[in-house]
Amino acid sequence: MSNLTNNINRRNFIRLTGITGAGLVIGLSAKAGGIETVENLTDAIDSYELSPFVVIEKGGKITIFNPKPEMGQGTFQSIPSLIAEELELSLNQVTIQQTGGEKKFGPGQSAGGSASVRTNYMNLRKVGASAREMLIKAASQQWNVPEADCYAEQGTIIHRPTGKKIGYGDLAEAASKLEVPKSPKLKDPKDFKLLGKSTPRPDVPLKVNGTAQFGIDASVPGMVYASIERCPVLGSKLISFDDAETKKVKGVIAVETCERIHGVYRSEGVAVIAENYWAALQGRKKLKVKWDNQGNENFNSKTYEQGLRDAAKEEGAVEHKQGDFDKAFAEAPVKLEALYETPIVSHSPIEPMNCLANWHDGDKLEIWTSTQVPGNIVNEFSKVYNVAPENLKVNTLFNGGGFGRRLYPDYVHEAVQLTKKIGKPVKTIWTREDDTQQGPFRPMTYSAMKGALDANGKAIAFQHKVIAPTLDMKKDYDKTKSNGTMTEGISEQQYEIENMKNLYVHHYLHLPLAAWRAVTSTTLAFSHECFIDEMAVAAKKDPMAFRLGMLAKESDTKNVLNKLKEVSNWDKPLPAGWGRGVAQYEFFAGLGGYVIEVSKKAAGIKIEKVFAVIDLGTVVNPDTTRGQVEGAAVMALTAAIKSGITFDKGQAVQTNFHTNQLVRINEMPKVEVHILTNGGTRIKGVGEPGLPPFAPALCNAIFAATGKRIRRLPFDINKIV
Amino acid sequence: MLQLTINNKSYQVDASPDMPLLWAIRDIVGLTGTKFGCGIAQCGACTVHIDGSPVRSCSFPVAAAVGKKITTIEGLNEKVGAAIQKAWIELQVPQCGYCQSGQIMSATALLRNKPNPTDADIDAAMQGNLCRCGTYQRVRSAIHRAAEMIK
Repeated sequence: MSNLTNNINRRNFIRLTGITGAGLVIGLSAKAGGIETVENLTDAIDSYELSPFVVIEKGGKITIFNPKPEMGQGTFQSIPSLIAEELELSLNQVTIQQTGGEKKFGPGQSAGGSASVRTNYMNLRKVGASAREMLIKAASQQWNVPEADCYAEQGTIIHRPTGKKIGYGDLAEAASKLEVPKSPKLKDPKDFKLLGKSTPRPDVPLKVNGTAQFGIDASVPGMVYASIERCPVLGSKLISFDDAETKKVKGVIAVETCERIHGVYRSEGVAVIAENYWAALQGRKKLKVKWDNQGNENFNSKTYEQGLRDAAKEEGAVEHKQGDFDKAFAEAPVKLEALYETPIVSHSPIEPMNCLANWHDGDKLEIWTSTQVPGNIVNEFSKVYNVAPENLKVNTLFNGGGFGRRLYPDYVHEAVQLTKKIGKPVKTIWTREDDTQQGPFRPMTYSAMKGALDANGKAIAFQHKVIAPTLDMKKDYDKTKSNGTMTEGISEQQYEIENMKNLYVHHYLHLPLAAWRAVTSTTLAFSHECFIDEMAVAAKKDPMAFRLGMLAKESDTKNVLNKLKEVSNWDKPLPAGWGRGVAQYEFFAGLGGYVIEVSKKAAGIKIEKVFAVIDLGTVVNPDTTRGQVEGAAVMALTAAIKSGITFDKGQAVQTNFHTNQLVRINEMPKVEVHILTNGGTRIKGVGEPGLPPFAPALCNAIFAATGKRIRRLPFDINKIV
Repeated sequence: MLQLTINNKSYQVDASPDMPLLWAIRDIVGLTGTKFGCGIAQCGACTVHIDGSPVRSCSFPVAAAVGKKITTIEGLNEKVGAAIQKAWIELQVPQCGYCQSGQIMSATALLRNKPNPTDADIDAAMQGNLCRCGTYQRVRSAIHRAAEMIK
């Protein structure tokens, strides 16, 4: 095969220049031979600094490479569809392969921020369209007919007057010698066969019969298993360990230390390595480990939360300012102030963190894992472990849930260190207790809100002050500066209020922290939109009308609220004991909103109806979008009414799903999802925007039904009233 | 050596008797469709059938499964299981998919006992299966859909 590689030259590839962003290339391989060949081929174009996402082999096999890991959000369907649509292919005609951070696929090999579709909608379509135009040209030259008489359909080029056909595979070589169209003609959306349709996801059949391969399912000959004991008091240092009893457990092979690397949070753990995972767990139970707790054994949630309340009295750094808030607030006839509180929560994907790593042949590393960031792993690990990027292979498997947790490869570091130490392929699996107690966690935010109305009940001043640690966990934070991540979205809301001042107060937290699905908007939307509701009540106005009254200008937010008003029959009276609430939130990932109806029960609240609206501007898969919003509502409900993570004596109090509970099927009402696709100002994300507005809409509905204002999450939905 | 019958096939398994059935199935037999989620029978990802009844294999000692008929997601091919799988595809239930083997094993056991389950029956049978992606609404619809298909 190697001589074949050497014979390949640039004429075998279609170069695509002028494509924004990723700098993409379609490799049209004239030689058949499977993935091996594909890799060799693509190596040959490294000097172009371009990367192939589509390979058409002479035998007709078409592979689309997907740089966006699949974690349930549907990128295994949506991303390949962007190319396949323009290339006139259905997804069952292509093999979809996840990329593994290879240089040739460029930056952006990661899934997060609801960004996969919204940032690739145009450039991946251009990739498909260019290839289609070149295949058409190749066919027209071969048949000696005008290009205009030829069209592409289902993997073939067809000559319209005669109906003769030729397959893409038979045209690949000739097409590869043609000029690349500079600005290929994109399809008219009315001709779309995949985009905008609820096309079935190709990963679904694999997920109903046990054949889908997740990171935890990876296996190689000679593989051993590891379970790692980490400091129960977070932030402790390893002093020593005694493994005498561990080594007596049948199946235990070795005990080694390894370091968990999560940004500035570092912790050394003790790994028990065994022939099977059960033996590793039994050996781990027999370890005797001494930790230096560094004073962190005194940490508890109650004290830290009081610290946040105290810090709320600081002025804070300015995030956004308009008008003169202080003056307007001081002089206003009606003033409101409230402090909103939210908890730490866990990501808890049902697939625990795991990684199979194999250090082999002296200087080569192969990794099999569930990750949102294969590109980052190659970049970071090649430096940390001094491996040439071409010697570092990442196999990106299906993620058994991501939610932001798998943006962080701390669990990959551990496995890599262990395989390097023992010279065997090692698979690490975190227990659920490890996952629940070790984090990284979504931090809480506290919000000090101020608002003022004029004599007519018009909102004239508004302040959202966020009190929180930072996701980068830095202790020496410059308190004169705001933090965009921790104040996410609060200055992007469209309400037209003349005097506004948004602020940030840093309050250090030593725990390992992380972005969580919809990041800080998940907590800030709660305080922001519940407080807007408080202002509506003070103004004696209907909460929907109050919001729309602050939205004179046309905006996507206004469209979302109007759609919510319509689909929920907002103005229709509810039965006695019921209440409805509304909330919306726009942030970097997109825009969504809810109207929720609740009823008072003897003990607590029942959620009766949930109406969701998500504004995408343009939708790629409506059914996937509905599923994402349905799921976001469940995750948001869990974060609103279940325990979250609390700390006592430096340790997480919750350990597993019996104490860190998630909403179950019997607790979940039906969610009715509506998608806005009428253009709007930008293409917006799907995975996250369904989350932030859920809790405020619920709490606003509870206020409407009961008069009880909830300003602290979580709350017990069975004990309200 | 323990002898296990999984999906009508016999396996000789070298495992300590207290090893949970889950790890015998995954690490020793090599069938990975059955998933590890919590280890304490709280999430249902590891659900298999033992003599037709749903069991959390993470909390069931392998020795107790000897002489019994074990069915995993890979062996689910009779009428009810096939209908469930078909309905799951039709309604595009899975998101990440990790918990779905367990969801499907629980749903199949439910439909075998109750061919026309009510929402309350579904709540009772399925509340042991956590889904962090939040596919509950579709799980419910797909069970009703599978029930229709079988009729």
